[in-house]
Amino acid sequence: MSAVGDVRRRRIDELAARAGQVPEGEGGVSLTRSAFRRLRRNPVAILGAVIVVVFLVVAAFAPLLAPRDPLAQTLLSEIRPGFIPGSQPGFPLGVDELGRDLLSRLIVGSRQSLLIGVVSTLLGVVVGMALGVLAGAFGGWVDTVVMRFVDIILSIPSLLMAISISVLLGQNQWSLMIAIAVTQVPVFARLLRGSMLAQRGSDYVLAAQALGIRRRRIVFGHVLPNSLSPVIVQATLSLATAIIEAAALSFLGLGDPDLARPEWGAMLSNAQDFLSVRPELAIYPAVCIIVVALGFTLLGEALREALDPKFRR
Amino acid sequence: MSPLTIEELPPRDAGQDGRPVLEVEDLSVTFTRRGEQPTRAVDGVSFSVAPGETVGLVGESGCGKSVTSLAIMGLLPRRGVEVGGSVRLHGQELIGAPDRELRGLRGADMAMVFQDPLSSLNPTVPIGVQVTEVLLEHREMSKKDAVAEATRLLDRVGIPDPSRRLKEYPHQLSGGMRQRALIAMALACSPRLLIADEPTTALDVTIQAQILELLRELVVDTGTALVMITHDLGVVAGLCDRVHVMYSGRIIESADRHDLFARPRQPYTGGLLASVPRLDGARGAPLHPIRGSARDVIPWAEGCAFAPRCDNAQDDCLTEVAGSTVPLEYDGPGRELRCRHPLEYPRTPAGATASGAAR
Repeated sequence: MSAVGDVRRRRIDELAARAGQVPEGEGGVSLTRSAFRRLRRNPVAILGAVIVVVFLVVAAFAPLLAPRDPLAQTLLSEIRPGFIPGSQPGFPLGVDELGRDLLSRLIVGSRQSLLIGVVSTLLGVVVGMALGVLAGAFGGWVDTVVMRFVDIILSIPSLLMAISISVLLGQNQWSLMIAIAVTQVPVFARLLRGSMLAQRGSDYVLAAQALGIRRRRIVFGHVLPNSLSPVIVQATLSLATAIIEAAALSFLGLGDPDLARPEWGAMLSNAQDFLSVRPELAIYPAVCIIVVALGFTLLGEALREALDPKFRR
Repeated sequence: MSPLTIEELPPRDAGQDGRPVLEVEDLSVTFTRRGEQPTRAVDGVSFSVAPGETVGLVGESGCGKSVTSLAIMGLLPRRGVEVGGSVRLHGQELIGAPDRELRGLRGADMAMVFQDPLSSLNPTVPIGVQVTEVLLEHREMSKKDAVAEATRLLDRVGIPDPSRRLKEYPHQLSGGMRQRALIAMALACSPRLLIADEPTTALDVTIQAQILELLRELVVDTGTALVMITHDLGVVAGLCDRVHVMYSGRIIESADRHDLFARPRQPYTGGLLASVPRLDGARGAPLHPIRGSARDVIPWAEGCAFAPRCDNAQDDCLTEVAGSTVPLEYDGPGRELRCRHPLEYPRTPAGATASGAAR
């Protein structure tokens, strides 16, 4: 009886001693720092980050890492109808239909693919968010006008839209990026508007209004930060789509006219004529696209969880 | 409860002469929706609040208490809402005032504390930023001064270790502390009018008592006029000077707190008091709830809205029989009543002593 009482008393004393103390790492840490801390503890985030970083490093140092010249048609003489040489000494992944080293082309191609993905997604996010903030912040007729505009963009098939824009802007890699970005804009605009409208009706917005905070401050300081997480997740997903869409445009002959720059999407579409001869020609660039997309998606998902204070423990 | 340090506020020249801080006259709020019958949520509500006075608006859910408070603050949406009557803050008309003017008043001269402290605080912004932004909005103040002032404010509402708490996020604070932080934000610019919309409903009982005590001290020390919106008669008994009982959008009984608890006249008020559990009642004695629910109302135009649930109801409670709707009439000094068949005294109604309801 007394032993039990002692244990309980000690337990209570311990609790009392700890009361009022904040567990380490929680007391007043900034949002970004604690988000980063939680990212580091999350294996999914680590995996995603490692993938993304590896590809970024490869893209940055591509000329140094590529074992051969990606344009040299070294093994052209060995290619016959119905035969493309596979893996052999000096060519770990074999060569493509023009006798160029596949590994070197993949490594150098990461530059162009990542550039298209990142730049077009960034463009899409920036413009889409601007429209979304406009619609979500003002509501009413501004919302109606902006959203009808976005609907019009959305109603045109994205490929058709991209083709028209590529043709309009002339054929170069920047018009390709802009074309892809334009097809992304409606997604981000709608997404941000929707989540902002949902936040606008929340209690803390009413409370901020009751304190006389001006609208600009409410929109940018309160509503926007709470509406961003779906946009962040969508951006990571869009990176993957952008790379694939670039491939589709390349396939239609609207890609980068500079053939000296290898690109995964173009490699993928070129490979389709030789699927029965050497499927690896399609598989390797496809795997690269999938793994990069996976890396960005994992990182984005982990980022959303880390940024959401409700997930904080 | 920890002792509070309430510092002297600069004296307000206005309001010292006893003029009311807030005058609400014949306030009405109608919600219109296309294709639907307009709903009158608040109908002809009038009351006033003097400096340092606490006025309670009491009633069950859906009786129009919160809509009244939002209408006073000018926070109702413009579309689909018609606000009529007059609301004056120190003589300044608020109904129909331009948005810019209202925004300048909100937070500075009138402020509001909401029911749910967690959802009323932005989860992604530290407490400190949310307190300082009010100061920066309404007072000419450097960022550094604002932080110092915010620390002082949190300290004043009884939040321990305020400089650390400033950097924390709402989810890191306990429920009571969140409500204290909200009160600190509302009081940041020492408003002359504070509206508290069920400030203790989301809190447990011990914290409730602390928050009420805090509000009471603030009102007494700073001369702020407080409008207390609640359905909790315990809160009314502990805090309010005057009480207005609302039912279905109208005030049905107004009285000083003591009079109301000692001799409720409206059968609805009597029913509310009788349904409060009492410590001095017999053990196992059943409570007496009011029959039906708040939805069992008839429009005021057709008679007393409470008649369908009322034990005293008679035929002339209906407009059809009496030839007029039930008016809000003088009912002795300081009292008003909207009822044709009120509870009569000296008979003591069950559970109607002030001590019983006050607990």
